[in-house]
Amino acid sequence: MTAAQAVLALAWAGVMMYALLGGADFGGGFWDALAGSPRRGYGQRRLIEHSIGPVWEANHVWLIFVLVIFWTCFPIVFASVASTMYIPLTLVAFGIIARGAAFAFRKASTELWQLRLFGGAFALSSVVTPFFLGAIAGGVASGRVPAGLAKGDIIGSWVNPTSFLGGVLAIGTTAYLAAVYLTADARREGRRDLADAFRHRGIIAAVVTGVVVIGGIFVIHQDAPRLYSGLIGRALPIVVLSAVAGIVSLALLAARRYALARITAAIAVAAVIWGWPVAQYPLLLPPHVTVMNAAAQPTVLRTTLASVLIGLVLLVPSLVWLFTLFQRSRHAEPD
Amino acid sequence: MFVLRGYTVAMPEPFGAGGGPIDLFAARGQMGFSLGWHIILACFGVGMPAFTVFAEWRGHRTGNEDYIRLAHRWAKAMGVLFAVGAVSGTILSFEMGQLWPGLMARYGQVVGLPFALEGFAFFIEAIFLGIYLYGWDRLPRRWHVLTGLPVCVAGVASAFFIVSANAWMNQPRGFDLVNGMPVHVRPWAAMFNPAMPRQVLHMILAAFMVSGFGIAGVYAVGMLRGRRDRYHRIGFLLPFTAAAIIAPVQVIVGDSMARFLATNQQTKLAAIEGLNETGSHVPLSIGGLYSDGRMRYALRVPDALSLLVGYRPGTVVHGLSEVPPADRPPVNPVHLGFQVMVAIGFGLVLLGLWLALAWWRHRDLPRSRWFLRLSAISGVAAVVALEAGWVTTEVGRQPWIVWRYMRTSDAVNPVPGLWISLLSLLAVYTVLTVAAVYVLDRLRRQRVTAPQEGWTEEYTP
Repeated sequence: MTAAQAVLALAWAGVMMYALLGGADFGGGFWDALAGSPRRGYGQRRLIEHSIGPVWEANHVWLIFVLVIFWTCFPIVFASVASTMYIPLTLVAFGIIARGAAFAFRKASTELWQLRLFGGAFALSSVVTPFFLGAIAGGVASGRVPAGLAKGDIIGSWVNPTSFLGGVLAIGTTAYLAAVYLTADARREGRRDLADAFRHRGIIAAVVTGVVVIGGIFVIHQDAPRLYSGLIGRALPIVVLSAVAGIVSLALLAARRYALARITAAIAVAAVIWGWPVAQYPLLLPPHVTVMNAAAQPTVLRTTLASVLIGLVLLVPSLVWLFTLFQRSRHAEPD
Repeated sequence: MFVLRGYTVAMPEPFGAGGGPIDLFAARGQMGFSLGWHIILACFGVGMPAFTVFAEWRGHRTGNEDYIRLAHRWAKAMGVLFAVGAVSGTILSFEMGQLWPGLMARYGQVVGLPFALEGFAFFIEAIFLGIYLYGWDRLPRRWHVLTGLPVCVAGVASAFFIVSANAWMNQPRGFDLVNGMPVHVRPWAAMFNPAMPRQVLHMILAAFMVSGFGIAGVYAVGMLRGRRDRYHRIGFLLPFTAAAIIAPVQVIVGDSMARFLATNQQTKLAAIEGLNETGSHVPLSIGGLYSDGRMRYALRVPDALSLLVGYRPGTVVHGLSEVPPADRPPVNPVHLGFQVMVAIGFGLVLLGLWLALAWWRHRDLPRSRWFLRLSAISGVAAVVALEAGWVTTEVGRQPWIVWRYMRTSDAVNPVPGLWISLLSLLAVYTVLTVAAVYVLDRLRRQRVTAPQEGWTEEYTP
């Protein structure tokens, strides 16, 4: 494995973590929007708030990590994507700002109209943000971002079938993850009714996302044939893994095995995240820019790799401690 | 490699459509605004953990509950500020590519390392801040204080990394140019560039001043409204004393930075002082406006600039006319920014001296209400000084984004319509500002109604 490949793999692990952890935060906002009237949805909203609260917006750190690794180690890729995709990126930025602000507002609000307004903003931005992130991914995957400063179509690069698919898929997977995570959270808090509600939602989200994926196969076949051949070629085992994990977690949800369903759901989404780069490797910006010709100088790659590995030695135990502390404390004091 | 070369070599020169002066101005405005906004939060992220952990430690040591209550309140405020800072920091990482893809495409690999390291520092800070907040009353006391320490260290480390990247833009090092592209990149040499030590120190001290005077200001307002209990006194004195001790040190560091400019970045010093012609026996211009190549309406202190730069009246100071007009920064914002920063800096030193004098004479705060009134605005003043300082260094580097290597106009995204992005961003940031202030104000007011109320209601189930 070359240093470039290793750094790329680490960056992509960051994408996966953002999808699995930050994605669930976005999905929480999605279900918040559909929780119904303030009275009926109170329990669900409180559970969502409680699950997001301790990590409030901190999961964007994963995204920052990914961006920084790309601009250091594959600068031309970062510059090309960010300059061509500046409109959807701006919309993502607005979504992130609105989400962070609305969550803070709502937590501090007491009036019903305030709760409605900020809750609405929170929910809307939780859907808009992953949509445009997915749309950007779709534009890159379908080869609409050439190397160079704003060399791609600044509209068509993200308004196209694959981008639309990417956006819908992002909303679907975040909603799915959040529902599955929330079932286990609800049970731990002794709220069987909420667990059932999210179980129901999780199953619906899984089925809808599954249908989108199947429909998406045709979209990709038409709109991004190169990606399609990669997905049914080298990435096929990962695609199959994703499908199997998705079906297993459906069964686990149906059987109310929430803790296990959480793991299989995460595997299903992680497989989607990894399927894309495996399908198009060694291309970073199809059809021309590869890992090799976009990579920074070897000294930079090696230094970054070493720094990231040392950083992980500090980071991983800290993160594990944080999570165990949360889990243990919640066990200790049922609400 | 031909693909990469083919695209990047052709990149900087042919900027036809888009990338015009209005879009460049908009991009600079957007970056300046979002950085200027974020830097305030960043200051609290750097300075506030130390005050908080110190207060908690003192509380446990002395058994004084007021320290603990203050620490808990500050910890919650840090939580809010950190979350908002995570948001504005994410936006900044977008903007590096959206607004300045030319910079990132060419020099991203040279200057990327400190950003990557900062990512980790920020992450560690986030994790331990989470542990610190969540572990309040849940972890044993000693352990809890210890979990605050990584927050302090990581906050300072973040400032170190980010400012070293900025310092690189002033003193670019760690690469050789071949056909316009950096080769033989040495990331550590880039990070440890000559401008780094002073600039990093200046910023870290500034962060402690902003957060110290900022927190103290909140309690000064409370004391002006008649709440002069021990809680308010400690809440005022602890951060104020720390900031007041740092203020004179900051003057020394700042002076050393100016002297560094005299040898390493003469154009910037010339813009700061509004000096057109190179010469000796140069006076120091206080106030004034620069037009047609000279300072007007300024108060002149004879020989003072030469003395400050080289300790001798005969010291030669280099003027703007040494570089072509196209390579000169706009003088007035740089000169004004510098003057404002220095004036406020000395004002804050004097405010600290006032407290020291009163304490020495009667072991108490100065009796004049004017002391509290000035202290109440000291935080805002420190923020103004901070922004003025950033205007000085950033505008003073223009027209270069990487000094003498890349012009800002060659780094900007060549797409049209960047000004729309600027306008909408201004609107959205207004919302974010209101949100942050509103939530912080609620945090503060909950204490006023009942001290023990809202003790553990936040961040707990």
